[in-house]
Amino acid sequence: MKNILIIDYGTGNLKSVHNAIKTVSDKRDCKILVSSSIEHLKKSTHIILPGVGAFESCLNGLIKTRVRGYLEEMVLEKKKPFLGICVGMQMLATKGFENGEFAGLDWISGEVKKINNQNNNLKIPHMGWNTLKFLKETAFTKRLLKKMKVTNLNDLSAYFVHSYNFKNKNANEKVITSCYGEEITAMISKENIIGTQFHPEKSHYFGLAFLRTFLEQ
Amino acid sequence: MLKIRIIPCLDVDAGRVVKGINFLSLRDAGDPVEQAKAYSDEGADEITFLDITATHQKRRPMIDVISKTAEKCFVPLTVGGGVKNILDIKKFLLAGADKVSINSAAIKNPSLINESSKKFGNQCIVVAIDAKKKSKNWNVYINGGRVDTGVDAISWAKNIEKRGAGEILLTSMDRDGTKNGFDLELTSTISSAVNIPVIASGGVGCLKDFFDGIKLGGASAVLAASVFHFKELTIKQVKRYLKSKNINVRIDNLDI
Repeated sequence: MKNILIIDYGTGNLKSVHNAIKTVSDKRDCKILVSSSIEHLKKSTHIILPGVGAFESCLNGLIKTRVRGYLEEMVLEKKKPFLGICVGMQMLATKGFENGEFAGLDWISGEVKKINNQNNNLKIPHMGWNTLKFLKETAFTKRLLKKMKVTNLNDLSAYFVHSYNFKNKNANEKVITSCYGEEITAMISKENIIGTQFHPEKSHYFGLAFLRTFLEQ
Repeated sequence: MLKIRIIPCLDVDAGRVVKGINFLSLRDAGDPVEQAKAYSDEGADEITFLDITATHQKRRPMIDVISKTAEKCFVPLTVGGGVKNILDIKKFLLAGADKVSINSAAIKNPSLINESSKKFGNQCIVVAIDAKKKSKNWNVYINGGRVDTGVDAISWAKNIEKRGAGEILLTSMDRDGTKNGFDLELTSTISSAVNIPVIASGGVGCLKDFFDGIKLGGASAVLAASVFHFKELTIKQVKRYLKSKNINVRIDNLDI
């Protein structure tokens, strides 16, 4: 039995993530919870941290619900599969620079900085479907791509909406990138931790296959 | 590279998808929830859901239909029609919309654009312009195309951008439902006047019209209703055609 927990820490709209997880998970074998209760966190087998809003307010939301310590225990010590989406990935960084300078969870070394707008030539936020570039093959991407049945990896794209970019320190933790004036970190991975800048819940076939692959872990 | 988006539009009246000509004489085209699912499965890059008679009938928008549609739709969903205030926008977003389109309310109370884009993020707020040719320029209409505001469409578009909207959904009332192609003059005038994405709408009849809207109109996205509803064209067909014309479209799901 899988206990999938979507962490509700008071910001953003969690409904689309919930809808997508409901669609890709097997009802007989999965329970989906949207909550910030420590009880649920302890029972969970898979943890998803969505994020809509600014870096600081998302982090404060997480701290306010008092889940941070337990979350770190579940993810960093117990090594439960974890997926952070959009700001949910950005919060894993060492530091964030949205409206000031703030310390992040520091699970993955790096800094979250505003996308360079190339002297106003680029529209910010970076919004829409953008091409993905797979930098390396991991066990996760191998299973994901098998599901996609594509011949050309460069044909894949995902849906992005963001103004800040996770510039992670260790190149080997970067799995997928995209390009919008600069290199955009699209997916990072470190042991049991996965983060995506794109929204799998809005990236249709590719995104649903991504979530399915995550739940299979 | 960012893709050009193909957006099917569901014009909804009393819970059913309908389609009219020049905004009037509506005919039934099915259930919105099923249609949204079919479109997203077929490769639509986004879906727009407009409750076209809400403002005119002074009704509140249909939250339950929106929330059912959102459950079946794994691409971004824009919802509009009957939005009066911040609370309506919030309700739509909570029901599962990713973006909210405002039209009449934005003209009546332009500060709604500032407030809502600040509160929910610029990417969330789409302002719809229904424009009709008046001698040399275009006027903005509201209430589902029933009321001429006398406002010039070009200056209104600039105003919308300044106030923080993320996108403009530009519909030519002269072309809507006629299948004579987008009003390219209107589309290119507005898209070169602003630096936010312009979604071209109103008048698509054939494959070439999509290409023209992008190439000649400068649109970042193209929206169509009746050609898709009545299955004259499929989304796959449009994308394959545009790809053959070297337009950057998302095609990763076409062979599945």
